[in-house]
Amino acid sequence: MDLRYSESDERFRAELRAWLAQAVPEHGEPPRGADWSVRREYDTAWQRRLFDAGYAGINWPKEYGGRDASLTEQLVYYEEVARARAPYVGVNFVGLLHGGPTLMAEGTPEQKQRHIAPIIRGEQVWCQGFSEPGAGSDLASLSTRAELDGDAYVVSGHKIWTSFAQVADYCELLVRTDPNAPKHRGITWLAMPMDLPGIEIRPLPTLLGSGEFSEVYLENVRVPVECRVGAENDGWRVTNVTLSFERGTAFASDMYQLQQSLRDLASLARRVTRDEASAWDDRSLRRDVGHLAAELDAIWAMVKYTVCEAGKTGVPGMTGSCIKLHYSELKQRMGELSMRLLGRAALGRADVAGLPSSEIVHQALQSLSLTIAAGSSQIQRNIISERILGLPREPR
Amino acid sequence: MDFQLSEDQEALRDGIRSFCDGRFGIEALRELEGKGAFDRELWGELAEMGVFGLRLAEADGGVGLGYADAVLVFAELGRRLVPGPLAWSQLLADRIDGAASGEVVVGGLDLLGPGGGPLLVEYLAHLDVLVALRDDGVWRFDPRDLEAMPVEPALDPHTPIHQLASLPAGERIGDASDAGRLRIEGAALAAAQLLGIAEMSQELATEYARKREQFGRPIGSFQAVKHILADAFTRQELARAAVYAAGATLDDPAVGSGPRAVAAAKLVAGEAAMKNARACIQVYGGMGYTWEIPAHYYLKRTWVLENVFGTVDEQAEQMAEHVAADA
Repeated sequence: MDLRYSESDERFRAELRAWLAQAVPEHGEPPRGADWSVRREYDTAWQRRLFDAGYAGINWPKEYGGRDASLTEQLVYYEEVARARAPYVGVNFVGLLHGGPTLMAEGTPEQKQRHIAPIIRGEQVWCQGFSEPGAGSDLASLSTRAELDGDAYVVSGHKIWTSFAQVADYCELLVRTDPNAPKHRGITWLAMPMDLPGIEIRPLPTLLGSGEFSEVYLENVRVPVECRVGAENDGWRVTNVTLSFERGTAFASDMYQLQQSLRDLASLARRVTRDEASAWDDRSLRRDVGHLAAELDAIWAMVKYTVCEAGKTGVPGMTGSCIKLHYSELKQRMGELSMRLLGRAALGRADVAGLPSSEIVHQALQSLSLTIAAGSSQIQRNIISERILGLPREPR
Repeated sequence: MDFQLSEDQEALRDGIRSFCDGRFGIEALRELEGKGAFDRELWGELAEMGVFGLRLAEADGGVGLGYADAVLVFAELGRRLVPGPLAWSQLLADRIDGAASGEVVVGGLDLLGPGGGPLLVEYLAHLDVLVALRDDGVWRFDPRDLEAMPVEPALDPHTPIHQLASLPAGERIGDASDAGRLRIEGAALAAAQLLGIAEMSQELATEYARKREQFGRPIGSFQAVKHILADAFTRQELARAAVYAAGATLDDPAVGSGPRAVAAAKLVAGEAAMKNARACIQVYGGMGYTWEIPAHYYLKRTWVLENVFGTVDEQAEQMAEHVAADA
């Protein structure tokens, strides 16, 4: 049982830290506001910077332009990126974490060539067309239809929660190609160009008031048959290749970043006064902070344990669901604690009286998505109790 | 970095597990309940297994292992609710002759926490040596010199309690920094026992939920029940990571702050044990409220371990200080 990073891990850390120290300030603050093309420009330029420096696709194989870093180097990467407060993966998220890896596993040579290098260089942005108004946790019940007509699938349906659809070049799209087969067996995975006729994007403002979510309406969109990834009706299996990717280390940087946020919270508590004393003098607040700190340390230890387990066995550990479940709820508790600390200063979405209200309120509100997205907490609990504890399955 | 059990560590864990399964099954625990909760013969067997001499150098008759190994052993002792002043006897093995071999049973009193409470000592009637951790050092006492009254019945049927009238002058066997260090190391061992309790409470409850049928189905098929168990498992795995990290960090201070890792482990494992033992009682339903089902043993032992080497509240305040120091 050894927690020490190797000398070569530490060399990698030193190089990366030095690079980030220069690159992050150079790249500047992320743009505020709702202009998604500006946001795309900022995020993809950062991706290009990472690529040019050899840090893009940290877990991607070398043959696809990735770093192919060892698992412990990946941990170092997530720690340093969080520490440097480097730009978030942003609009590159779906391409880097879902689309790209799916194509590596299932794409034809032509498909790989068309997409993989542009994704890792920040030249091609992807969005995800999985969920539908009637297919959320029960994703396999999706009803967007696709019928083969000559050299194209004709697609009609309605997708929802599609982040960054406004600025995406491609959509990883799940469609039903065989309505008569059992629900998991009639699904096909398409890499749909977003500039085809018949695609309508309608923004769906989140409770933050932001517009990264969209609904995507598809009406007789002709998606060329060469955009199909994997076999017809084999899309569910293809999809699960990506979903297991998502439950890996996707949140690692956020988790580490949360430690920094907690330190910020402690500093803030010393600046906020209550009854002429600093809020930090309140023992119950200190205990709440200490509680979160202990759990965060434990989660980070669990990430290390799981990563080392994956390194040993070659497959992602079963406890990824546990990490996701606990982390997402913990971040919400932290949001709540920060709001309590701000008190009435949290009633505005702008900074009030020199306090960082806007960021704290933003984080507290945004954290509400974490227990819903990428498998809700209830679904994670089903997975843990059925796949790990072996309890009887839910009907599905 | 290889934050996984080595083959030797797996063998160590499996060895102690099969020993504890054989010697400290539920029937044995029931029997111990009527015998003052302590058996010198079993204590001797624990010593032979190396439980007390685990971290003592081989040249001194020990096993020569570290805290990463000790927490594995103590998690197994926790799983089976092995009674006795286990942590104290291991902590003092290098200072008190005969502790490692089990001939001398060492118990202790931690006076470094918030003061003012009654002087309660676990297993006093069975002790050969009592050690107290105070802010002025580590002190050794002969239990026969102490004026004490049993507190009967004790909360945990396997942890007899005496109340001391006062603490006389003793023999100083360590300074203030030794006392502080022993308290942290003791917290790591207690955290490991709490991990074992969290694990076993979850396993007992899951096993029951699989078998027990109501409305014509196993109760473990209902989300209301299975989600309780999923949460219990998650807490247990979080506690495992924290406890293992505490052990590894005490062994190699280069990887982080030992006191911080231990405070996190004691807090997370303490909460996991408390909530999982409650969950176990809840999942057992009416039977969980009976003496017959051992679920209550787990909760009661948790309360005992929560109150040694720093409570959840104390650890939380420690953690807050660590956060503030880094801010």
